Amino acid sequence: MNNSEISIEVHNLTKRYGPITAIENIEFEIAKGEVVGFLGPNGAGKSTTMRILCGLIPATSGTARICGIPVATQPAAVKRLIGYLPETNPLPEEMRVLEYLVYRGQLKEIPRRRLRRRLVEVMDVCDLGRKTRRRVIRGLSKGFRQRVGLADALLADPEVVILDEPTIGLDPHQLLVIRDLIASLSGRMTVILSSHILAEVEVSCDRVIILNQGRVVATGTPEQLCREFISETIYELEVKGDPEALENVLLKVDPDLRSDKPWPKKEDGFYEISLKTSTREDLGEKLLLRLQDNGGFRVRSLNRKEPCLEDIFLAATKRGWKELMPQSPSGAVEDSAKESAATGGPKSE
Amino acid sequence: MKHFFSLMIHELRVLFLAPATYLATVMFLLLMGSLYVLILRDFSVAPQDNLPGQDFFQLFWLPVFFMVPLLTMKSIAEERRLGTLETLMTTPVTAAEIVLSKFLAAYFFYCALWGLTLGFPWLVSLWLDNAHVREVLLDKAVLQGGYLFVAISGLLFISVGIFASSLTRSQLVAGMLCFSILFLLILGPPIILGQNLPMLEWLQKPLDYLHIFRFLEDFMRGVVDTRPFFYYLSTTILVLSLSGMIVESKV
Repeated sequence: MNNSEISIEVHNLTKRYGPITAIENIEFEIAKGEVVGFLGPNGAGKSTTMRILCGLIPATSGTARICGIPVATQPAAVKRLIGYLPETNPLPEEMRVLEYLVYRGQLKEIPRRRLRRRLVEVMDVCDLGRKTRRRVIRGLSKGFRQRVGLADALLADPEVVILDEPTIGLDPHQLLVIRDLIASLSGRMTVILSSHILAEVEVSCDRVIILNQGRVVATGTPEQLCREFISETIYELEVKGDPEALENVLLKVDPDLRSDKPWPKKEDGFYEISLKTSTREDLGEKLLLRLQDNGGFRVRSLNRKEPCLEDIFLAATKRGWKELMPQSPSGAVEDSAKESAATGGPKSE
Repeated sequence: MKHFFSLMIHELRVLFLAPATYLATVMFLLLMGSLYVLILRDFSVAPQDNLPGQDFFQLFWLPVFFMVPLLTMKSIAEERRLGTLETLMTTPVTAAEIVLSKFLAAYFFYCALWGLTLGFPWLVSLWLDNAHVREVLLDKAVLQGGYLFVAISGLLFISVGIFASSLTRSQLVAGMLCFSILFLLILGPPIILGQNLPMLEWLQKPLDYLHIFRFLEDFMRGVVDTRPFFYYLSTTILVLSLSGMIVESKV
């Protein structure tokens, strides 16, 4: 990446709170206009990294730059380039929405004339209608509060927008609105978004950075991560016929195709088979043709299961654990990794 | 200091909207009004050495103990608890601007409340309509000295309240901490000096210098030198600087 195209650079970033290491030697770069998802279990170091990038807390070591400006030495300059929505989205309860945004605009040094224009724009984008603008923040629902927080983050038209769990606690409808809003920022602003909702990151983000135990364990587009972390393709087949003959047919399609036996049989005589293979090529057509040619088989459904970000996340955090504890006695690593992937791992923040 | 006025206006607005402010105002006016009535009653019964205004200002510490904590305990502690301090610090605003705006807003209110007490002698002199009474109640030297002392000492008291509020997330703890520090600051030196302990002789001079009532007596007599100004201004700057550092390090 060319230096002028890089919005956020992080090198060897470490943050320690006494004996506890929140993040260790974190490295990543984010290009201008990119929407990047920060994924990780609780205590992985997502919020710590975001707070360092915002200049709220200093790093113990390492460097972080926003648009080439070092956060540690020029926090005031960096703060002019970012819009931040914290996880809890704290708002002054007694103020009206418009009053609050005007106040924030003044603090963000937006000239009066431009502020007037920006207020109209962000309130339109965040769907804050005329009635809502005049309401006291205390009386707003969670969804509207989140929109006010987002409007504040976007108000100064910042180069970088940092959103810490922007959709937490929203209902499905509000979630879609916020998701569309984030997607609309792609290409215009650099966005870092942390979330526990993997589907949301998958939809909204160009790239994903997965953190675990304060370290970056994976980074790339969902497709790249899929290639790196998911070694098997799964086919789900519902078929009726002789199971032994079926096994031979399957081996002819791909010798690597395997499944757990015995196959569960439904009341209507159909078998539900989950087939796994390391072959990347789509075997769906081959399977259907073979099963048709051999006769005696009735296929009701065949589905190629696409690996989702959840699978990648679980695989990446599991691998992260293995790398952290390579010397553990056999089996212990596997067990703790599974536990970590399931529970989110022990807290380090 | 670009954002100072925006912050200051916001802080004044928050103060005017907070119920604690009105509670402090009502309690302050009730207490000071009652004390003034008692002082006047003593004057009506027997001749006194001091003017009513002098006795009134001698009791300045009583409202300070509850009014300053009520006015300042919310300022930083509540913002930290809610997380609004964090969002404030993501803008180009500095910790110094935040502390100074909160301090000046509370100080403005403190002075305004004391200003209301000017109404007591004025109302009584209007009601009695007697030239001698008016002269005694509205003695310029006493009133000027008293209010100047209140204004100068208020700088330190309010800064102590802001400092206590910057140390914790809990308003209650901030209020109690502020009360304790003010108690030590105002009543500590006279209590220790009153014990006449030989082992504390070396403390005599520094405590005498910190004796806030001595400053008050000087102001009432019309003796206004630079020492109290230096003392109050320097300690205020010190305490506010400490508060600024705490805000910056404990977002």
